[in-house]
Amino acid sequence: MKAHYGYKDGSGDWFIIIDTDKCVECDDRGCVPACPWDVLEIILDDYDDEVCAVVEDQRKKIKYSCAPCKPDRDRPPLPCVAACPYDALEHSW
Amino acid sequence: MVEYWRWKEYRWHDESKDWRKGEFITAGVDVGSVSSQALVVVDGELYSFSNMRTGSDSPESARKAMAWALEGTGMTLDDIGFVVGTGYGRVNVPFSNKAITEIACHARGANYMYGSSVRTVLDMGGQDCKVIRCDEKGKVTAFAMNDKCAAGTGRGMEVFADLLAIPIEEVGELSLQVDEEPEPVSSTCVVFAKSEATGLLREGWPKSKVLAAYCSAMAHRIVTLLEQVGIEKEFAITGGIGKNIGVVKRLEDEIGIKALPPTYDTQIAGALGAALFAQNLLKKKLAEASKT
Repeated sequence: MKAHYGYKDGSGDWFIIIDTDKCVECDDRGCVPACPWDVLEIILDDYDDEVCAVVEDQRKKIKYSCAPCKPDRDRPPLPCVAACPYDALEHSW
Repeated sequence: MVEYWRWKEYRWHDESKDWRKGEFITAGVDVGSVSSQALVVVDGELYSFSNMRTGSDSPESARKAMAWALEGTGMTLDDIGFVVGTGYGRVNVPFSNKAITEIACHARGANYMYGSSVRTVLDMGGQDCKVIRCDEKGKVTAFAMNDKCAAGTGRGMEVFADLLAIPIEEVGELSLQVDEEPEPVSSTCVVFAKSEATGLLREGWPKSKVLAAYCSAMAHRIVTLLEQVGIEKEFAITGGIGKNIGVVKRLEDEIGIKALPPTYDTQIAGALGAALFAQNLLKKKLAEASKT
């Protein structure tokens, strides 16, 4: 399942997309501690798979929560994306 | 004072069916931000449902919806083997055995309502909009949800019905009574859209044209969300806005795909999916109990 967590508003599209079919294969779950802003968590989804998801309280503000990891210039790799060995995680912006 | 936004609450049960002959009786309760539905399924077939407004107290809304769905059937809560709660208030259904997200429940419900060929479900709810892709079994393969703003939702439409003093059920039809399609109003904020509409009325626009501008804005906003996930045929619409022909028609025109015609009330999809999940969970529970 491709889970799009986030929102659209007048300023653009702000989604973190998690491919749970890939995510469920991972034993490491390094993405959660890699995020310095506690945006991610591991949940048991509706089909009883343990997968990564965006924390409920963060879903309407990820544009701002993720902003410190996205400087205008010399942007380093996103820590959450870099920590995912299955390429299961991407940002829409 | 007439409340034009206030849609009619209703209930239904299949009087031709004797639920006492059923083996698996399960229920789904969808406590949404605007409306609540309780629905009973007997051996995989729809038996009864109620649809009412959600009050300020979610557990009470769930109780009332369930009591109304059971009214006149002779069935009590004790006769129901498993209850699944869904919707915004899913964790506030006091008598539920499990909570499942409305995303999974709408996909499952749409699969039942429209058939296994459905691949894209658009749920236009009271205070959010969801695009769900699913497989032939109704299992979610992708989803996106937008609940950041009331524009593009049922609540936004209620605001417009009240502003223009048009009963909410007539908004869609009236919006189609225009000679040519006007430019859409603001689609990112219902407050801005409302103030824009007030200005248009002052300029002398007829109500039908203002409604056309809002329905068009709403359709356009939903299309951008559909594009986020991608649209695959067959395409079905659930939720209250699915009854608004003015939005549905404009949406179909913009994406170039016709939505499957509804065979059930589009508002019950979430509760129906929840009741079907409940049936599987009841069977699993009984199978496990028989082993011990």
